[in-house]
Amino acid sequence: MTLHARGLKIVSLLTVLCIGTIGAYVGAQPNEQVIKIVAKKFDYTPNVIKLKKGVPVVLEFTTLDIIMGFKVPDLGIRTDIVPGKVSQVRIVPDKVGTFPFVCDIFCGNGHEDMTGTIIVSE
Amino acid sequence: MENTFDRRDFLKLAGLGGVVFVSGLAGCSDMPQRSAAGEFYFVQLSDSHWGFKGPKVNPDAEGTLKKAVAAVNSLAQQPDFIVFTGDLTHTTDDPSERRKRLAEFRDIVSALKVKNVHFMPGEHDASLDHGEAFQEFFGKTHYTFDHKGVHFIVLDNVSDPTASIGEAQLQWLAADLNGLSKDAKIVVFTHRPLFDLYPQWDWATRDGDKAIALLMPHPNVTVFYGHIHQENHHMTGHIAHHSAKSLIFPLPAPGSQPKRAPIPWDTAQPYKGLGYRDVEAEIERAEYRITELPVLKG
Repeated sequence: MTLHARGLKIVSLLTVLCIGTIGAYVGAQPNEQVIKIVAKKFDYTPNVIKLKKGVPVVLEFTTLDIIMGFKVPDLGIRTDIVPGKVSQVRIVPDKVGTFPFVCDIFCGNGHEDMTGTIIVSE
Repeated sequence: MENTFDRRDFLKLAGLGGVVFVSGLAGCSDMPQRSAAGEFYFVQLSDSHWGFKGPKVNPDAEGTLKKAVAAVNSLAQQPDFIVFTGDLTHTTDDPSERRKRLAEFRDIVSALKVKNVHFMPGEHDASLDHGEAFQEFFGKTHYTFDHKGVHFIVLDNVSDPTASIGEAQLQWLAADLNGLSKDAKIVVFTHRPLFDLYPQWDWATRDGDKAIALLMPHPNVTVFYGHIHQENHHMTGHIAHHSAKSLIFPLPAPGSQPKRAPIPWDTAQPYKGLGYRDVEAEIERAEYRITELPVLKG
């Protein structure tokens, strides 16, 4: 899967979650990478997200249809993705590995397939 | 009637106090002998997903539930009651189709000889409309009932699509438990695991820990649930949790492969991994003897 990494963007409707394995969140900092993730029935695009250990990144979510949930249990990350809003999660990965994520709000026939992975490398 | 005790392998698992597991053998002619006093038994069926279509995982999707009903009806001694622990139907976005599936399911299970049947929803039945259609057919999604000295609590962790029980239901649970003696014999029926079985596959209840905390002061609590389409036995403190097999397709063991994809149909062993269970309650000791049974007697 391709990685849609783009620059910092100011959004009008911004839901911000402060989640990170390291550090506090004040908003996406200058020069921090923002990765846009689009949810819809029944997938995430992209569904493979490659990160570097210790490098801050902001995951920015939107949904094209109904409310979704994004959860990475192994990294302690979750957020609602609400139609018409942008949700952001800032993380600083502190461990290397492959970590599955799921939609944790039931969204229909295909919900169980709405998965992906975050891959953190050195 | 054969004494099937002679043909069964009883296995008491250390650490799972209060539960005896019995290997259900295909071909067993009958159910265990029942003790005359102080015991009763019920049957748990789960995850029939009526309306599912997927010939690679179950080419008999329209026949499996009916075969299970026939199998239960063929038991020499009928259970005191039957419980369906959710996902009676497979989900659909179409509200009229959802009701059609619920009606068809209801009609199929109406053939059960035992008429004391308890239902609860799974997320496939209830999460897209907050349980509205389910309630039209089967009534409340959380409730209690008592049977021969055991207090049964049905918890709904699916009508909220976030897989939450919710504060209102938790308060209801707390009030119910407050009315019981500490040593009451309690059995909980629910759909999803109340504990974090494998959140990486969404096998959890978001606020299940709150329900477990409320149950924890009671020494005699056992939970039976569905959702994961396989047997699983787990302890949270002294509380045992037992998941049931499905009646449509089995799922892999938690974390055993990258995705929780259904296990393909085995033409050499049709209906493998599917089944239902007999649970015999020994009331005084709050002990439950679980016997797994196949859809087809082979």
